[in-house]
Amino acid sequence: MTLAEKILARAAGRKSVKPREIVTAKIDVAMSHENADVVLRAFKEIGVQKVWDPDRIVILFDHRVPAESEKTAATHQRIRQFVSEQNIKYFYDLKEGICHQILPENGHSRPGDVMVGTDSHTTTHGAFGAFATGIGATEMAGVWATGELWFMVPESMRIVVTGEFREYISAKDLILHIIGKIGATGADYRAVEFSGDTISSMSVASRMVLTNLSMEMGAKVAFIVPDKKTVDYVKERTDRKFNPLVPDADAEYVHEMKVDVSSLASTVSCPHTVDNVKPVIEVAGTRIDQALIGSCTNGRLEDLAVAAGILDGKKVASSVRLLVVPASRNVYLEAMKRGYLETFVKAGGLVLNPGCGPCLGAHQGLMAPGEVCISTTNRNFRGRMGSSESFVYLASPATVAFSAVSGVITVPDSNHK
Amino acid sequence: MEPIRGRIYRFGDDINTDVIYPGKYLSITTDREEMAKHCFEAVYPDFLKEAKSGDIIVAGKNFGCGSSREQAATCLKYFGIRAVVADSFARIFYRNAINLGLPVLVAPGTASMVTHGDEIEVDLEKGSIKNCGTGETVQASKLPAFVLDILGDGGLIAHLRKKLGRGKIRGG
Repeated sequence: MTLAEKILARAAGRKSVKPREIVTAKIDVAMSHENADVVLRAFKEIGVQKVWDPDRIVILFDHRVPAESEKTAATHQRIRQFVSEQNIKYFYDLKEGICHQILPENGHSRPGDVMVGTDSHTTTHGAFGAFATGIGATEMAGVWATGELWFMVPESMRIVVTGEFREYISAKDLILHIIGKIGATGADYRAVEFSGDTISSMSVASRMVLTNLSMEMGAKVAFIVPDKKTVDYVKERTDRKFNPLVPDADAEYVHEMKVDVSSLASTVSCPHTVDNVKPVIEVAGTRIDQALIGSCTNGRLEDLAVAAGILDGKKVASSVRLLVVPASRNVYLEAMKRGYLETFVKAGGLVLNPGCGPCLGAHQGLMAPGEVCISTTNRNFRGRMGSSESFVYLASPATVAFSAVSGVITVPDSNHK
Repeated sequence: MEPIRGRIYRFGDDINTDVIYPGKYLSITTDREEMAKHCFEAVYPDFLKEAKSGDIIVAGKNFGCGSSREQAATCLKYFGIRAVVADSFARIFYRNAINLGLPVLVAPGTASMVTHGDEIEVDLEKGSIKNCGTGETVQASKLPAFVLDILGDGGLIAHLRKKLGRGKIRGG
């Protein structure tokens, strides 16, 4: 069996499962952010008094923090009250950061577990070998009531990655390249397993970039098969027991793709779909108005380190607004200690509080008609980040940092540092 | 379940949930009628002028891709859309629609069989779609029995209430 099949079989109390079978699985972790407000309304409508297990529900605020409107303030208030009434043990209020960083940092993302979240990028937690996927609010209400959920067992595909990245090329360039190759529906309903030497030597944070963006090629779940690096990371952060699973040697995959990254160039996703992928050089020179570094994709310490390295002693172009959004309070603190935040501010950047920031177009740095943003985030749909007449390019932290300095989309190159 | 008959509103491929329900309205969490006022507002503003309650959406591939926001399915349901038929769906939207009692059917070939404004009949139990004007039909794969049960009950909440012996919701 593949990793997806093994985890679902165990969670469903079965010896084995096959693709396309429908199984009911026990849920280990159920995560919601502000949309817990929609969930709790549905939960109350079901008529159950208590959630199935208050220690398995994680709730936090990240999408609109601090509240951008009175409506959101009331949403936060209703959720805090619900958390208190139901004795939800793991609640992270609006100071902590993005769900897909807070869960790993606090040991909620564990190998072999089944995790659901009312956020499409819940696939991120597959970087720790968890079967993790996004669901809707009403469905989450059902999980809060019953602790289980139906899944169709997905077919699995494997992406084998080898070679060493060249300077300034990173996991973001790799996953954009893959999405460009297979398209926005290329992994529809499937489980994706990443493997190969490049993946083994990758940092935990970089692995999360791959599983996070796998959502944008339609994946139901994405995995890095857990190894020592995974287990060490998780053990440092939780006392809860976990039982990692790995795929069988004779597991069956419907598709296998091989990528050698040694010749990979800086890559960008152009407006208005994530699979509209090109080498950066093809759009180099495009004028930008905003540069954004952050999000559940690329707001981690290593991302800020790369950007700070490029921006150190430099000035952001006067025509550009540089926004930096650390993924969590911990990332923010560490970036502060290391001087990265000072570098950003001295360069003319604006450091925002941890959270989703302007990524989803709710607040903090939206775009006017005709404006162009280059961003380390994960979606560039028309109107996503403000005006439906604005343009978003998705790229790596290095590409965004170089572009912020020059004022136009720029291929990262140490000769121009 | 009775077949659903209605005029179609036609969309192309890769209609994402940011387009269906813009992020700036995510702060609306409980007022479903209010959500319905913003369907497709930013990118396809004609929808709100031309579409009518009782219409059926027919789309190409990957309808509902992107964010898990349930408002994308809720706004369509409370606008009065009776069903969505597409060549394929993104999985979270598909599940959300079923959970809200909004029928969805994967029926490749439908989009190319109809033009904007045609009238069609969707038979969920048989998994068939008929163009009422031309008589042409498309056979889709049938929905699993438990999905039909959820839709028949009017969505997951009503379904769970029935299953857990909580009775019907009063006042909704």
